[in-house]
Amino acid sequence: MDNLFILLLAPVVSALVLCFIKEAKSARWIALFTSLLSLALSVPFLLGFVPDASIQFEQSWMWIDLLRLQFHIGLDGISLPLLLLTNGLMPLIILSSFGKDHKGSFYALISFMQAGLLLVFLARDAFSFYVGWEVALIPIYFICALWGEGDRIRINIKFFVYTFFGSILMLVALIYLYHQGIIRSLEWDALVKLHLSENAQRWVFWAFFLAFAIKIPIFPFHTWQPDTYTHAPTTGTMLLSGVMLKMGIYGLLRWLLPITPFAVLSYGHIVLILCVIGIVYASIIAFKQKDAKRLMAYSSIAHVGLIAGGVFSLQPTGLQGAVLQMLNHGLSVVGIFLVIDVLQRRTGSRNLSEWGGFAKPMPKLAILFLILLMGAIGLPLTNGFVGEFLLLKGLFGYGVWYAVFGGLTLILGAVYMLRFYQKAMLGPIAVEAKPMVDIQGYELLVLLIIGFFTIFLGVCPNAILRLSEASVTNLLNQIKF
Amino acid sequence: MGAIITLGILGILLLYLGLYKAKNALLPVTVVGLLVALGFLVLQWDLDAKPLYHGMVLFDRYAIAFSALCILVTVLILLLSKEYFRSISEHVAEYYCLLVLSLMGALLVTAYHNFAMLFVGIEIMSVALYILVGIRKNDAASNEAALKYFLMGAFSTGFLLFGITLMYGAAGTFDLSGLRDYVLATDQVSPLFYGGILLMLCGLCFKIGAAPFHFWTPDVYDGAPILITAFMSTVVKVAAFVGFFRLFGTVLVPLNDFWTPVLLTITIITLFLGNITALVQTSFKRMMAYSSISHAGYMLFAIVSIGAASASSILMYASAYCLASVIAFATLIVVKRRTGSDQFESFNGLAKQEPLLAIILTIAMLSLAGIPLTAGFIGKFMMFNNVMGSYNVMLLVIAAINAAVAVYYYLHVVINMYFKDSSTANQQGLQLAGTYKVVLGIAVLLTLAFGIYPDFIIGLL
Repeated sequence: MDNLFILLLAPVVSALVLCFIKEAKSARWIALFTSLLSLALSVPFLLGFVPDASIQFEQSWMWIDLLRLQFHIGLDGISLPLLLLTNGLMPLIILSSFGKDHKGSFYALISFMQAGLLLVFLARDAFSFYVGWEVALIPIYFICALWGEGDRIRINIKFFVYTFFGSILMLVALIYLYHQGIIRSLEWDALVKLHLSENAQRWVFWAFFLAFAIKIPIFPFHTWQPDTYTHAPTTGTMLLSGVMLKMGIYGLLRWLLPITPFAVLSYGHIVLILCVIGIVYASIIAFKQKDAKRLMAYSSIAHVGLIAGGVFSLQPTGLQGAVLQMLNHGLSVVGIFLVIDVLQRRTGSRNLSEWGGFAKPMPKLAILFLILLMGAIGLPLTNGFVGEFLLLKGLFGYGVWYAVFGGLTLILGAVYMLRFYQKAMLGPIAVEAKPMVDIQGYELLVLLIIGFFTIFLGVCPNAILRLSEASVTNLLNQIKF
Repeated sequence: MGAIITLGILGILLLYLGLYKAKNALLPVTVVGLLVALGFLVLQWDLDAKPLYHGMVLFDRYAIAFSALCILVTVLILLLSKEYFRSISEHVAEYYCLLVLSLMGALLVTAYHNFAMLFVGIEIMSVALYILVGIRKNDAASNEAALKYFLMGAFSTGFLLFGITLMYGAAGTFDLSGLRDYVLATDQVSPLFYGGILLMLCGLCFKIGAAPFHFWTPDVYDGAPILITAFMSTVVKVAAFVGFFRLFGTVLVPLNDFWTPVLLTITIITLFLGNITALVQTSFKRMMAYSSISHAGYMLFAIVSIGAASASSILMYASAYCLASVIAFATLIVVKRRTGSDQFESFNGLAKQEPLLAIILTIAMLSLAGIPLTAGFIGKFMMFNNVMGSYNVMLLVIAAINAAVAVYYYLHVVINMYFKDSSTANQQGLQLAGTYKVVLGIAVLLTLAFGIYPDFIIGLL
């Protein structure tokens, strides 16, 4: 059962099946079932994975013979955590949409997007990578635009054109790289071995960086993000922040660092400065937000800024932290967005000033939300602590001041998250009219699972770190010259 | 050669069918005739191609592949025509006859080996179209379009002929191999010849609708009946491109230092002009017209940077573009029948009433925009790859910017279909004829198949 191609094909097949299901109830159960099946299919890889730097479970076929383009997939210690993240989060995301009446087409789009995401994380050649990168974009556009709210058309066009522009720049860089080798190829191994001139590396670096930075998003390429997050349906927001932005960070790790090492060394500090600006700026703005979703959008910018910073610190700890924190961030945002969704459905509002005192009628939610919050802030014994500690250690190794400013995420994060908690959970009950029912059923289940992993990864982070260690070290060895 | 003869006979046969009022036989006979022609082409596939009839035509692999594409697209368009032509006029036999004859001209253009044949082919192709564009006699727009097309076409033929004459004056032959020998053998190519190249370039750019010779395109596309527009923007364009490629890609390659800068300028103007004007259109049909200009720009990439993969890329790009265009125009016919307008607004709410049609049109738009897993992406990728092969990074960046612009207007129709509610009172579902379903189904399946596994079309040439 450890066939990567089948793993990749499973969501495509389930998307095709889901297309034809009109009835909401059966659609969501089938979606849940197929996503669980995908998760089950990924278990053999976790068990059979040998934590060294090698690429495992490789498969490749010739795709376009004339251009020598291959369809090449494989798994290493950096891909595996992200594979687990994608396939692990999908059932949770689908489960958290159970309160709504979505038709099969909605879940079909999610499944199709899952296939694109998996291809991004598994691709060992840039052509497949690019295909996955774009394939993941189309469904999320439709999810956000069809089921979103407010001024969704204009906002989603902005989101789409923005990210597409980034992708097409990447395509230009890829085609450029394709022509640099003696043997034309877009294989990862071949691209990494290219001897690019410093000048060539510079502009390839920026073309790649823009594509990834828009997706992540790194300041100042983030302007599409708050609006899109706010106006998307909660499921769309979860997909975007939980999984999709990891594509960008993964791109940095997998493609940018090894292909343009010189440019990374010479421009890394600029990127780091951008990351740090993003961290401070987004944290301050998050503090001023009234809309809970918007607050989380800005907090997301701050957090991924730190993760990208960790990648560019070029320290083993920084990269390890980035891999771990990608998972942590994915888990916690999905959880917190569900909390926001739960409260929104109970009160009909996302406005923090209209919230308050929910802890009294909803004690289970209050406790689980607190656990998630601690994870997001980075309290010891939660997952966030380990990740942020490693990231900051990495940044410290690069330069003390980067670590000092990067560390502001923790402090400012605590400030705005606690404010969030206080506004929502504590104080007098703001909405008296509606009876507040505590979380139950699928809401409780999703938050329990996320809460469990928040603590589990905080107590034994080695479960993930063990997988990626060798690959990260190997990657860094390739960069240093 | 069997194909061309078949088409000629078929044209006359169709006229007789019209004469004897056998209207119901028209479509089946045409389709069968086209398939027979296709059969003749396929049978010739692996033969060692030699110029026929004293070097007049050459049915090599390029000619056969592109001719087959033209015939297939024509079949798809004709299958859409059943009710469409009847709604325009009584005398439907003429349409079929003229379309078939125009297709015959297109086949000659793809297979010419002598300038005489190029000229004859272009004229057969165009004269039939002049009539078809103006076939709605009482419609002022249609008449205007026909006149415009005729005048512009006559101009471009003039340029073409002048170019041919100058080249003949320098080289003393109309034959492509003769011209190639002349270019290769002479150290000092006559200035007349250079003048000839420029004039040929103008004439051919008129035909493919490249800027700044594009002025006729939007008005003619807009004024012509939708199916004729579909035929012009696919079959005629592809044929003209192959004619272009045959001359510049085989004969004139040694002189590319001379014409590449000119063509490069034309390409860049074409890209920007097509995309930016397409951006501000309010009519779907006009948007398709301008976007077809920009696609001509992308296809010119293969000629600007002639290489081993040029022919394959044109074939890939042209197939993707033709399939997507057929879908787009077929949908437009359906929509126009419902609302009576070809503005973007008339697509409002289509996704609710005809979800499948909306999905198919969305896939076509994604293909035109060049998104992966559709044929359009592979086409764009190969075109970009060609340009990079001759180290034209600047052009590549310009193309990338244009591709990002194009996404905006292709999404426009998607937005109308999915996110806006229909304003018309007429909300009942559309009755799609069986042939429409077949055509749309074939086109969308091929678009996806070429996008997912393009090797069987790229590997052809």
